[in-house]
Amino acid sequence: MELLTLQILAGVATGAIYACMALAIVMIYQAIDHLNFAQGEMATFSTFVAWQLLQWGTPYWMAFAATVALSFAGGVAIERALFRPMRDAPVLAHIVLFIALFAILNSLTGFIWDFTIRSFPSPFGTGSLAGNGLVSAHSAGMVGVTGAMLAMLYLFFRHTRLGLAMRAAAANPDSARLVGIRVDRMIALGWGMAAAVGAVAGMMIAPVVFLEPNMMLAILVYGFAGAVLGGLTSPFGAVAGGFAVGVIENLAGSFIPYIGQELRLTIALGVIVAVLMVRPSGLFGVSVTTRV
Amino acid sequence: MVRKELTAPMSQTVSGADQAMPPSWQRWSVALLVIAASVLPFAVAPFVLFQVTVALTYAIAILGLNLLTGFNGQFSLGHSTFYAIGAYTAAILIGSGSIDYYWTIPIAGAVCFAFGFLFGLPALRLDGIYLALATFALAIATPQILKLTPVEPWTGGVQGLVVERPAPPSWVPLDADQWLYFVTAATGLLLAWTAINLVDSRSGRAMIAIRDHPIAARAMGINVALYKTLAFGTSALYAGIGGALSAMTVQFVAPDSFTFVLAIGLFVGMVVGGVGSVWGALPGGLFLLFVPNMAETVSKGLAGAVYGVILILVIYLMPSGVAGMVRLAARKLVAMRRSHGNG
Amino acid sequence: MTICRVGDRQPVDAAAAGPLLSVSGLQAFHGPVRVLHGIDLTVGRGGITALLGANGAGKTTTLRAICGMVRKVGAVVFDGRPIDTLATEDIARLGIAHVPQGRGTFERLSVEENLRLGAASRSDRRAIVSDLERVYDLFPRLAERRGQQAGTLSGGEQQMLALGRSLMLGPRLLLLDEPSFGLAPMIVEELFATLAVLNRQHGLAMLLVEQNASLALEFADEAVVIETGRLVASGPAREIARETSVRRAYLGY
Repeated sequence: MELLTLQILAGVATGAIYACMALAIVMIYQAIDHLNFAQGEMATFSTFVAWQLLQWGTPYWMAFAATVALSFAGGVAIERALFRPMRDAPVLAHIVLFIALFAILNSLTGFIWDFTIRSFPSPFGTGSLAGNGLVSAHSAGMVGVTGAMLAMLYLFFRHTRLGLAMRAAAANPDSARLVGIRVDRMIALGWGMAAAVGAVAGMMIAPVVFLEPNMMLAILVYGFAGAVLGGLTSPFGAVAGGFAVGVIENLAGSFIPYIGQELRLTIALGVIVAVLMVRPSGLFGVSVTTRV
Repeated sequence: MVRKELTAPMSQTVSGADQAMPPSWQRWSVALLVIAASVLPFAVAPFVLFQVTVALTYAIAILGLNLLTGFNGQFSLGHSTFYAIGAYTAAILIGSGSIDYYWTIPIAGAVCFAFGFLFGLPALRLDGIYLALATFALAIATPQILKLTPVEPWTGGVQGLVVERPAPPSWVPLDADQWLYFVTAATGLLLAWTAINLVDSRSGRAMIAIRDHPIAARAMGINVALYKTLAFGTSALYAGIGGALSAMTVQFVAPDSFTFVLAIGLFVGMVVGGVGSVWGALPGGLFLLFVPNMAETVSKGLAGAVYGVILILVIYLMPSGVAGMVRLAARKLVAMRRSHGNG
Repeated sequence: MTICRVGDRQPVDAAAAGPLLSVSGLQAFHGPVRVLHGIDLTVGRGGITALLGANGAGKTTTLRAICGMVRKVGAVVFDGRPIDTLATEDIARLGIAHVPQGRGTFERLSVEENLRLGAASRSDRRAIVSDLERVYDLFPRLAERRGQQAGTLSGGEQQMLALGRSLMLGPRLLLLDEPSFGLAPMIVEELFATLAVLNRQHGLAMLLVEQNASLALEFADEAVVIETGRLVASGPAREIARETSVRRAYLGY
């Protein structure tokens, strides 16, 4: 039983990473009705920017805040420069744009900062939580930060006028325009927010997996898995899904034979697909019945 | 969520050939293409011919993907899997020495059809993004499954398998490279012709109806489930044949040749060539092979960035792909001719 | 009820010169195809104009063109100000509320969220809150279902919701696209009674697209009849109603 508990706890710890990523993914999905395949690369780039600021002697929380702000601006800039001119292109063309963005950011990151693995500091220190040896302080901190972001986003979307306008713009842009909502601005805002959330995710994840240009590749996939498992319409579901994926992956890795490192990802994805068979809109997703 | 059109608003005919282009023009373009393709092996260096052959195998796979996504509306990011299955099937059969090379092509196709059909069954429950993710999961899993120890005796594990190249028949005055090129090109032509006929048939129209108005299609009595799984199977068949031919061309199969990067590449090739266009598969395949190489020659360190920028430019200038642009150009030319009072 | 927003948009005296909305030479395009071939119509201040015609005549396209939702050519003037180059959201902010065909409800959001969205472009918090209460007074059934997901409402309730949402904008002109569509006759009566109140007591002008021509002609002051994108008749509603040939040919009765 102890092994099981340990594995579950370990799963929750890695799950926090995926939950963070899943939250960023669902955020942008709510804002623009698209899955952003370049989300991970944006987060990686942001984290490198933070690292650079730290190298130049900026204190941690200042670098953190500056990175979040710069990422927000970067997200808006990407939307304006890349996606706005292509607004009327077919959906599949948009996906290729995401792929292009991925390739550019990944390559740029490696070019500017090369591929050496670097460490990234954690604001929560390297000790374990309350000295109990089971959970690291950073993991606990990461869970806390993810929870805080989730709470803030929930409040923003459910209880502010701007959040409501953004949800409306994503759900039905035509109707939103008819009530005077500037849909273009809402979309840009959504991108900025998603980039900012991604930056926070990156800065939380880097201390654990170490900073390098390909750091987010696997995590992005796990993040997608968590987001889909939880249901793409629910930020809470995304976070829950992220944690679930972490636990599933760890348990599968420990208890099923033939699974080495290679197949963990496959198993996690397999479980996700299985869940989708039973509940096609995810565990917490809301399925909308359309009247024909 | 507002349901978006998967493809750009297209002209009303169903295959890549178009009402915008008069039939005589179409016949001329096909003739020119065939002539150019026949002359090619004698005009270029062997390595370039090798590359073009591989590009053709990609084009065949892209054609399959287009049947599924472009014409039937099912979103797949996992066609590298079927390409891999086809390649390995051919490699294993050729390695066993018991079967003539050319039979491995249809066998690979049949095996992939079965796999595709089987995958299509659970895929019925998934839609749009979710299907994309499930197929993507498949693409990621494929290299890992191929490396698994229990199947190593067949797949050769991480090192993969070496494939002997088929020799041309003695009465043909071509060398091995050229022969393989012609076999691939001929197969591609045959498959393209089949695809056009499929798409213009009742089944094809049913497939397209399912893409555009699934509920109405069902109400009209179309067996949606059957068509969707058949579409999956057929699409996988094409990808498998492409894979089998690539195994013979490259003379080597290994798990890391069939990663999700290939899956994404096939998807990109489909969009660049033109979603819903049969002939678009050709520029798509060429793009997939040559552009990443070009990007690397421009800048080793920034190869990915160059590739990304090229992609953006292509999408910006041709949002409906090469096929879309050709259609547009043809329409303009026809309109110009008409306004000048010509026939 | 504060139909007109306080501040920069004062209620306009009906005696002021010129119609509230004036459309001339309106052409509209779906891609390369022209579907409207030069429509003219006006809506008087505090007036009701009916836009009639058979299915597919171009009535919805006309409304969408006025709101900048389709490519168009032609002059559209609202309260003396040309709006043909404005974006849809800016046209809405000027006080034109469009209730589209199919209602355009935000289905996954609640009834109350839908209504609040009507006021998305307004900043006068107190007035918004009191307007919300007045919409609930006008449509008690919506008040009962405040927290319910809008997509689960019945057809009649969704129409009320759409109308309520448009009122939350504080509009001066209401564009209604087939409000009676799919509704039981009793509900339609209720609906039009409410519209009558809004018009007669509060001076809200309306451009009404309806397939139910007899109902619309009873209700409106002016009428415009179109057929395959072309104007075939226009004038006071009473006269159009009396014109048997027009009724038979274009309005089906």
